[in-house]
Amino acid sequence: MPTPRELDMNRRDLMVVAGACAAFPATVTGTRAQPAPSGKPVLSEVSFSVNGQSYQLELDTRTTLLDALREHLHLTGTKKGCDHGQCGACTVLVDGQRINSCLTLAIMNPGAEVTTIEGLGGVENLHPMQAAFVKHDGFQCGYCTPGQICSGVAVLDEIKAGVPSHVSADLTGAMAVTEAEIRERMSGNICRCGAYSNIVEAMTEVAGRRA
Amino acid sequence: MRAFSYEKAASPADAAAAAAKHPEAKFIAGGTNLLDLMKLQIETPAHLIDVNGVGLDKIEPTSEGGLRIGALVRNTALAADERVRRDYAVLSRALLAGASGQLRNRATTAGNLLQRTRCPYFYDTAQPCNKRQPGSGCSAIGGFSRQLAVVGVSDACIATHPSDMAVAMRVLDATVETVKADRSTRSIPVGELHRLPGKAPDLDTILDKGELITAVTLPKPVGGTQIYRKVRDRASYAFALISVAAIVQRDGSARIALGGVAPKPWRVGKAETEIGRGAKAATDALLADARPTHDNAFKLPLVERTLGAVLTQARG
Repeated sequence: MPTPRELDMNRRDLMVVAGACAAFPATVTGTRAQPAPSGKPVLSEVSFSVNGQSYQLELDTRTTLLDALREHLHLTGTKKGCDHGQCGACTVLVDGQRINSCLTLAIMNPGAEVTTIEGLGGVENLHPMQAAFVKHDGFQCGYCTPGQICSGVAVLDEIKAGVPSHVSADLTGAMAVTEAEIRERMSGNICRCGAYSNIVEAMTEVAGRRA
Repeated sequence: MRAFSYEKAASPADAAAAAAKHPEAKFIAGGTNLLDLMKLQIETPAHLIDVNGVGLDKIEPTSEGGLRIGALVRNTALAADERVRRDYAVLSRALLAGASGQLRNRATTAGNLLQRTRCPYFYDTAQPCNKRQPGSGCSAIGGFSRQLAVVGVSDACIATHPSDMAVAMRVLDATVETVKADRSTRSIPVGELHRLPGKAPDLDTILDKGELITAVTLPKPVGGTQIYRKVRDRASYAFALISVAAIVQRDGSARIALGGVAPKPWRVGKAETEIGRGAKAATDALLADARPTHDNAFKLPLVERTLGAVLTQARG
């Protein structure tokens, strides 16, 4: 049994920690609930293609590309994690480039060619990156996996195109697929199960197969 | 989010005219900062003017031998541009040290300059913040201030400007070009774009309402060894505790700007005349007027040591 004094100390310590958590990580990690939508909705039309199929949608101007995919087109492979561009779960390819679909409005993307995890491959025709994630156990709970895979595919394309990264020693030389490069370039995709080392292995294998 | 009406501008003049018509409007380009703030109702524009279709997405040589970077050039494209990698390496390095690959693919040159602070109290709408709600008070002073500014601060605000790119542009003596709602244009040295908070921390920059950044111009390359060293709590995808942008010449002269320590990219002329006397003398000049809090006083020795490491690397 703890003495009352110890209890008292513990409670005070706990409150200090709780206060610091409320003041800082809650904002930084974006865990606070968003305020309820307000105002009279304004509708706007937009057309774009998703996984090769064309869509014309009439949407509330506030609709993010992520919500358009999930709630309107029912493509629920793309996940909503933080909804603030901090976790990468919503990563999709737009005109071949990876972006956070939670931080762009659907109506800002007229004529775009969007590729989601469903467009990369399915159960019968896995994309090489999907197959490599399965083979190397590049996930546990799987929630971040669609974003990881979309990001992973784009990262290998970026290296191939010679886009430098923070860890590239020579800015003007050719870029290589190394573990350090993969880890740096994938830092916008958070995995709370900690499957990172297996994701690196999966991506390394796909890069090798391509080369 | 608050509901808003939306239009797409076809040209910079079109965008300026739309801004004149809608005083409550905001321009949107990448959206990577503005949409985040709109979701939290920290920004509540009644109208959005989408400027993604106005052109301004090229990097072109200037007649003075420099580069003119369109306002809509994405951070990835700017960092990867061959001329920037070769002649303005400090800018590529700063861009690549910021955000994530996904964000850099959408974030624009002008938007990066205009991004708002990441002070946790600015983001927390349940707490007072003079930048978010003028006159409500500053929760950061006496609060959790480890990340926040040590110099250029006021009794009203100790927020930092979070950009890495802007620190490199400061050391490169970049110029910001704008068009106003009345269609007049002006050029602003990047060092004069951001305001110190004083009594009005809600105003981040000297731009007028409806004034649109059209380009950032870099002068002719100055050569030298160009370094951007960022110190942060994790190795990637985190804002700077402090950062040092440096251009060091063979004769030992150097240009130095700091990030993470002030409400704007921080450069002090006297520090560059003191640089020959070493990192301590230069840091003393850079941070002469520092007013750190208990939580962020560590940034002062951190600047000195990081600057020392940068100078050693440059001369090594």
